[in-house]
Amino acid sequence: MQTARENGLAPTGTRIRAFLGGRWILAFLLIETVYFCLTAQGFAHPNSAQILLFYGVEIFLLAVAELFVIVTGGIDLSVGYVLGFASIIATKVINGLAEAGVPPLAALLAGAAATLLLGLIPGLVNGWLVAYLDVPPFIATLSMLGVCHGVSELVIHGVYAMGLPPLAAEVGSGHLLYWARGGAVSFFTRPEVERGTEVLELVPLIVVLAAIVIGVLAFVLARTRFGRHVYAIGGSRDAAVRAGIPVRRRLLGVYALSSLLASLAGLVYALKYVSGKADAGASSLLDSIAAVMIGGASMFGGSGTVGRTMVGCLVIAVLELGLRMSGTPTFDKYILVGAILVLAVIVERYLQADGK
Amino acid sequence: MEYLLETRDIIKRFGGLTAVDRVSVGVRRGEALALVGDNGAGKSTLIKMISGVYLPDGGAILIEGRPTRIGSPMDALAAGIETIYQDLALAENLDVGANIFLGRERTKRRLGVLQVLDDRSMAAEAQKVLDRLDIHIPSLRATIRTLSGGQRQAVAISRSIYWDAKVLIMDEPTAALGIAEQRKVLSLVRTLKDQGLGIIIISHQMYDVFEVADRIAVMRRGAMVGERLVKETTPDEVVGLIVGSETVASGAAKGGATA
Repeated sequence: MQTARENGLAPTGTRIRAFLGGRWILAFLLIETVYFCLTAQGFAHPNSAQILLFYGVEIFLLAVAELFVIVTGGIDLSVGYVLGFASIIATKVINGLAEAGVPPLAALLAGAAATLLLGLIPGLVNGWLVAYLDVPPFIATLSMLGVCHGVSELVIHGVYAMGLPPLAAEVGSGHLLYWARGGAVSFFTRPEVERGTEVLELVPLIVVLAAIVIGVLAFVLARTRFGRHVYAIGGSRDAAVRAGIPVRRRLLGVYALSSLLASLAGLVYALKYVSGKADAGASSLLDSIAAVMIGGASMFGGSGTVGRTMVGCLVIAVLELGLRMSGTPTFDKYILVGAILVLAVIVERYLQADGK
Repeated sequence: MEYLLETRDIIKRFGGLTAVDRVSVGVRRGEALALVGDNGAGKSTLIKMISGVYLPDGGAILIEGRPTRIGSPMDALAAGIETIYQDLALAENLDVGANIFLGRERTKRRLGVLQVLDDRSMAAEAQKVLDRLDIHIPSLRATIRTLSGGQRQAVAISRSIYWDAKVLIMDEPTAALGIAEQRKVLSLVRTLKDQGLGIIIISHQMYDVFEVADRIAVMRRGAMVGERLVKETTPDEVVGLIVGSETVASGAAKGGATA
């Protein structure tokens, strides 16, 4: 062992593990996809990819939010209800402005800005509690979950928030590119075509938006000082403090970012479903944490990447769509996500057994 | 020769207990000073004052002859005093370069505005400092977790050296290391001396002390009870000073020498 290390050559077992480390979940995703292509009718269609991204977009955003927090060694349980809270704020504000006579586009932009600004508040409180008052992340964000749920219900009195202008739906369900059979290609808006002409819709706008945001954050985590500090804090908070990293400020930033992303997910939800409700993201919490874990991050912090988290999200999204298209009840998905999560953690532990 | 770092009549009290009682001790450039004493003798408290963790209740700390106030660990680092703790304070999930530059990362500009981590230049600088100290680590891209105890120690030391440490304080540097690794760390200490650093080693290992130190300062119950040049003393005498029977011990040592 010792000599192998000194030669710079790891023993065979370690090398196999290292090779599998980043790839087994990708293999799992591939097998899963092939399975559904063979068994679920209609799954083997290029459009499936688009559909699962469109419906999974909130999970992708929440998972990235969760990833940053989990890399620091924390957890953010509030993201689901921050999403719900944001979906209500977005709906209410955009609706209110539109009814007051503000042009739809202006109402939409102002509503989006208001949602993201208000959505920062839960994260700032979480971050302040965790970083400056040393409240355990689990407790701080669990409390915030309750607060967001309660405030949301107070705002809407137990019903849905509704009544968005048509433009909201056009953005929420719109696509980047439309291609009418016969040649006409147009961006953003559906081309005027004769009845019966098939129009291909390519790349939902909200998926484009999420992809840009997630791309930027992948860069931030992997290639900037902020990202490096996030890993260092999760690896050893002591080392980070002694290295002069402003640990408390970084933690505040991470929880604020988490909440901001959850709010963006809430805004996306509101545009997509043209409504807002308190528990809009309640079931997304489990999925987002599961995606991060399936992507190989450690619950204790210090590891995990955006790319692998995306693979984790895809594992869940493919499962969801595949089961739905096979006609299986949704509850099966919960059971399977739970099972895959446990499997992932066990496999990761086995693969890393050599590291420590 | 002038002391690089010295304390003059430095005092630290905790309530009624005087943990460090008017201790004056110093280390010169290119010299290793061993600080020895039984548990609770005040070694750690003394070191913590020098490294900025505790504020002294009296006396002074002088760096290159100038009285210097060290009010925080950051002050100590700014003054060139680096402490290598037993737990090393490395981020185990990051690689060697990232650890050496932790908190002081190098960046390069991309597209005019983006500050991107410059891992390549950090790794190159890390390699330079490792070469300078004759330290061999299989891969700089390896995370600290995959390194042995001695290699970790070497990374922690390299980090201090890279950031221009003048005085290096090492708390039990060979504890928890295998025999071969202990020897490497000790030879590293000699390299550092040759490069003009002042080194303070806290150690219980008499073998280490006699292997690398030039001078030995002995503390007992918060006070400095003796200072010996390594070439003029014996382990027996030092142990005698530590446990408080120096007259017997030195008598025995002399008797032994004449017999």
